Amino acid sequence: MSDVRTWAGRLDDAATRCTPVAPLTGDGLADTATAYRVQSALVDLRLGRGERLVGGKLGLTSRAKQLAMGVDTPLYGLVTSGMVRRSGTRLSLKEMIHPRVEPEIAFVLGEPLEGPGVTVADVLAATRYVCPALDVIDSRYEGFRFTHLDAVADNASSAAFALGDDLVAPTGDLALAGCVLEVDGRVVESAAGAAVMGHPAAAVAFMADRLVEVGRRLEAGWVVLSGGLTAPVPLTPGSTVTATLSGLGSVTLGADH
Amino acid sequence: MSLTEEDVRRLAAELREAELRAAPIRPISDRHPDADIADAYRIQLEVTRLRVAEGDAVRGHKVGLTARVMQQQFGVDQPDFGHLFGSMFHPEGTPLPVDALIAPRVEPELAFVLDRPLQGPGVTVADVLAATAFVLPALEIIDSRITDWRIGIVDTVADNASSARVVLGGTRTPIAGLDPRLMGVVLRRNGEIVETGAGGAVLGNPAQAVAWLATTIAGSGGSLRAGDLIMPGTCTRAVDMQPGDTVRADFEHLGHVGVAFSAGRERAA
Repeated sequence: MSDVRTWAGRLDDAATRCTPVAPLTGDGLADTATAYRVQSALVDLRLGRGERLVGGKLGLTSRAKQLAMGVDTPLYGLVTSGMVRRSGTRLSLKEMIHPRVEPEIAFVLGEPLEGPGVTVADVLAATRYVCPALDVIDSRYEGFRFTHLDAVADNASSAAFALGDDLVAPTGDLALAGCVLEVDGRVVESAAGAAVMGHPAAAVAFMADRLVEVGRRLEAGWVVLSGGLTAPVPLTPGSTVTATLSGLGSVTLGADH
Repeated sequence: MSLTEEDVRRLAAELREAELRAAPIRPISDRHPDADIADAYRIQLEVTRLRVAEGDAVRGHKVGLTARVMQQQFGVDQPDFGHLFGSMFHPEGTPLPVDALIAPRVEPELAFVLDRPLQGPGVTVADVLAATAFVLPALEIIDSRITDWRIGIVDTVADNASSARVVLGGTRTPIAGLDPRLMGVVLRRNGEIVETGAGGAVLGNPAQAVAWLATTIAGSGGSLRAGDLIMPGTCTRAVDMQPGDTVRADFEHLGHVGVAFSAGRERAA
């Protein structure tokens, strides 16, 4: 247990000091349950500073990323009020280590979702709105290099996120919703919703099912970032990144020194 | 331009023969390092002349190298184009004989069918949308008549932009009210999602690729005709196909298109 608090403190310090650390798996982190306990302790440190839990996020939802990490399962993290940015704002890169951004579909829940056995249909029924999101990930590990367990402990590399201003009920087929990612007005990546586990709601269902193991559920009012639709793009000084999703509108973030 | 008329005729005949026999040839760029893109289009036009002489008909065009990463890889700053012949259209619902191909790859595309001619120069996205009768979900099967896809820009342009087959889906959808930039595409091979993309991957807008084509071919006196079908470029990375594979692309708002690749030659046990 002292390891858990020590590791959480190390990752929290890395984030607040913008100084990356070595992966925890090199220091004895060896199982998924412990990794999620580290994550929980890390989030508790934020809550202790007055932040509020506002939702969840998924990572490693694409098969390509899972293959690259040698795993066959996604992972989840928790997002807090301190991570929320408004669309159109500019991030200060001084406050981050090596941030990358990825476009996602965010689900805003109108009802709680409690596993096990949550289906895509359950997720859609419990969803009040969907909207485009830009998820800024900033691994606290040196060189953005880590294992699945390290990423779990590091709260799925979560750093900041912005949601689009349009909130729409999930009526269209989100699996086929097109997504275009532009950096400084140039299209750099494109995808469709199915890039996340075949349907982004399947990622939300995965998180609801996994939360049962720690006695939690997805709460009404939470936002769930369902996972990167494209490869992440580095945030560089002076750049502006915009994600546009078919039927859902756009979300923009800038970055400065 | 550096190739003689004789070079052009010989290389065009080699490429045509390579396609008919499914037997690739050495890169043209290795043998003629001075050949430029203008030479390559001369070879492509000569191949076109050969195919028309065989009784084939030009039914439209394809645009290639529409993704920025591909242009960077080929050291160019614009797309390329090729001709689509009637014999290249393969019916959906019938396995595609792989023996006729060398190293096929599949790309999902949004096919544009025109009901008005488009005459460059200066064709805009608005002109393209106004001249488009409907769009179709489509698969382009690309292939290279050059050994192991060892192609540079000259090789692929000479080789008719590495085109091979086109499979069209059955649902025609008017372009009015659709945003081709945001149209999502999901590509599955043997049931597994292998790529996803959106129309914006094609020069920001697939209609822009059609506008580029109409403007570009006007430079040599060409135009797009009513009834022509244009394959504007792929929404995802190209996916390798093996004998026995099936591939399916689902397009937002447009439906789907799929094709099976035949299992290939019988092999002795």
